[in-house]
Amino acid sequence: MSLVNLHQVHKYYGDHHVLKGIDLDIKAGEVVSIIGKSGSGKSTLLRCINGLEQYQQGGITVDGKEVTTDDIQMRRLALSVGMIFQNFNLFPHMTVGENVMLAPTIVLKKSKAEAEATARAMLEKVGLAEKFDSFPEKLSGGQQQRVAIARALAMSPKVLLCDEITSALDPELVGEVLKVLEQLAKEGITLVLVTHEMNFARDVGSRVVFMHQGKVWEQGDSKTLLSNPQTDELKQFIGAVL
Amino acid sequence: MIEFSNYDILRNLLFATQWTILLSLAAFIGGTTVALTLTALRLTRNPTIQRIVKVYVELFQGTPLLMQMFLCFFGLSMLGYEISAWGAAILSLTFFTSAFLVEIWRGCIDTLPKGQWEASRCLGLSFLQTLRFIILPQAIRVATAPTVGFSVQVIKGTALASVIGFVELTKVGTMLNNATFEPFKIFTLVALIYFVLCYPLSLYSKHLEKKFNVSR
Amino acid sequence: MLYFSDLLQYSDVFLSGLKTTVELTVLTTILGVALGTVCATVRQYGNRASQRVVSVYVELIRNTPFIVQLFFIFFGLPALGMMLSPWQASMIALTINLGAYSAEIIRAGLASISKGQMEAAKVLGLNFRQTLTRVIFIPAFEKIYPALTSQCIIVMLGSAVISQISVQDLTYAANLVQSRNFRAFESYFVTALMYLGLSILLRFAFNALGKRLFAYRTAN
Ligand SMILES: Nc1ncnc2c1ncn2[C@@H]1O[C@H](COP(=O)(O)OP(=O)(O)O)[C@@H](O)[C@H]1O
Ligand SMILES: [Mg+2]
Repeated sequence: MSLVNLHQVHKYYGDHHVLKGIDLDIKAGEVVSIIGKSGSGKSTLLRCINGLEQYQQGGITVDGKEVTTDDIQMRRLALSVGMIFQNFNLFPHMTVGENVMLAPTIVLKKSKAEAEATARAMLEKVGLAEKFDSFPEKLSGGQQQRVAIARALAMSPKVLLCDEITSALDPELVGEVLKVLEQLAKEGITLVLVTHEMNFARDVGSRVVFMHQGKVWEQGDSKTLLSNPQTDELKQFIGAVL
Repeated sequence: MIEFSNYDILRNLLFATQWTILLSLAAFIGGTTVALTLTALRLTRNPTIQRIVKVYVELFQGTPLLMQMFLCFFGLSMLGYEISAWGAAILSLTFFTSAFLVEIWRGCIDTLPKGQWEASRCLGLSFLQTLRFIILPQAIRVATAPTVGFSVQVIKGTALASVIGFVELTKVGTMLNNATFEPFKIFTLVALIYFVLCYPLSLYSKHLEKKFNVSR
Repeated sequence: MLYFSDLLQYSDVFLSGLKTTVELTVLTTILGVALGTVCATVRQYGNRASQRVVSVYVELIRNTPFIVQLFFIFFGLPALGMMLSPWQASMIALTINLGAYSAEIIRAGLASISKGQMEAAKVLGLNFRQTLTRVIFIPAFEKIYPALTSQCIIVMLGSAVISQISVQDLTYAANLVQSRNFRAFESYFVTALMYLGLSILLRFAFNALGKRLFAYRTAN
């Protein structure tokens, strides 16, 4: 049973054809790494899955329900799809705890006590329990990104989308974020991540999707694909990043 | 009672507009002159002078323009200095304009990187040379848009001169209103004339700001 | 010679004028900023037509003198059958005036918030209103808080003009006193100082509020 399904998805920005007929099927528990050159449409793909961008043709379903950018749909979708951004996008005027509790209290209408318990548990999971009352700007980039993960997890999403979430971090901070992701993968959370971390894609991911010029150029089991690429484009890409 | 046709009304208002424009120009020129002097004094970095300029700015920004006009007009004449409404209006508008311009220009000069002063002094330029060749050209580029923008406040400020009896656009508006009892029409026209005077300046200021932001 | 002591017997007049000015300032500051916030939101996020409407309002107010706006509302509107007391007319004029200026200021604050904040709220399932009130407004206001403070002070000082439609505010008190004792300089000078005090107080109040609203800046 597929959790996320894309069928012949086309996306245009004006005349610019960005996604050219994407077919993709993701099952619960999979860890899918999307790789590809800058501009190949990876972010756009993720943003279509969670309704941040409108697509023009084809269909996307998450958990069997159609994805649209309609406001109400979008909010229902938010209950099953979590997203983490390259730039964290924490809310600067709220403490770490308030950041994590916000959506559970006002979207899920949880009681404050319940939301706080969830928030503390999620922060514990990402190793930041003691930062509950700190403000985001006092944290390192790696810590901020882990808070963002906790914030997404607090909504207990069915699938977590990550768009180059380690790209804005100093190299020495990348590890702590990847470790959290690896832990989540082990717990069986469905992850779809755009990443340049090839080692992570190979060792933790179950599948790699290579995008090129707005198409899924090649995909397959992560270890097989990365050690034995079929197309010249993927060979070239792997050569360039390694 | 004299009958006023629409033509009469418009003619009277437009005639009065000349005085509004003249007063605005006088206030703007006066204000700019004083503000330039104060800004130059401020650049000497003498703490006493800087404090005096600061008090000047706070005094005139912290009290109503109308009160300043009353003080210049009724206050000075009570103290034995006879002054016309025209003189009092120019005087108070000059204070008002200069106080705001000094502050606006200070902001502009402060946005220039501090390194500019130091680098120029290291190159052996004198204080005046640094000012003339390094600081001023940059500061003027930054300051033009907000200065043009402020000229709109000056024009609007001249309307207060009507209160001390100076016959300009607003005053003629109230006089016509008393004569015709057509407040809606009269004040709509008065407002429109001010708008026609101010809006192009607002637009130009915005345009300059955009141009400046693009070029840097 | 100056005789400031001659003013003492009129302290009641001054105090009652001060009270009116303070009351109107508090009321119109709150209403004006609220109106400005709504207009700024429409201008930033609304559809083309409503953006246009707000722009016209903002530009009309910003490019005409307050005293003309006041006369238009007080003398002009009754001609259309809308009777207003001087106090009501002043309150409306001040609110509309501050609304336009603060709309322009607040919009700049909204524009300064990165798109990412909006998207983060959206993917967490917040609706538009929740996103604005919980996520966008506070950081947006922080960006423009000094400018907003100055504008509110400017409007407070501009309220001196309402004495011209015989609202018994501080300036009205000054006029009254000087017409009784003919000590124009002293009367206006003392009144100017009271306005200066009000400016300082208003700034102080804004700073105190800002410290609470933007505590995250100073927290550790
Ligand atoms: N908001 C937008 N408006 C117009 N073009 C866009 C927009 N966002 C992305 N694009 C274009 O779409 C293409 C794919 O972008 P993106 O999905 O961000 O690629 P990737 O994430 O793989 O680097 C690029 O050519 C980019 O210029
Ligand atoms: Mg991208």
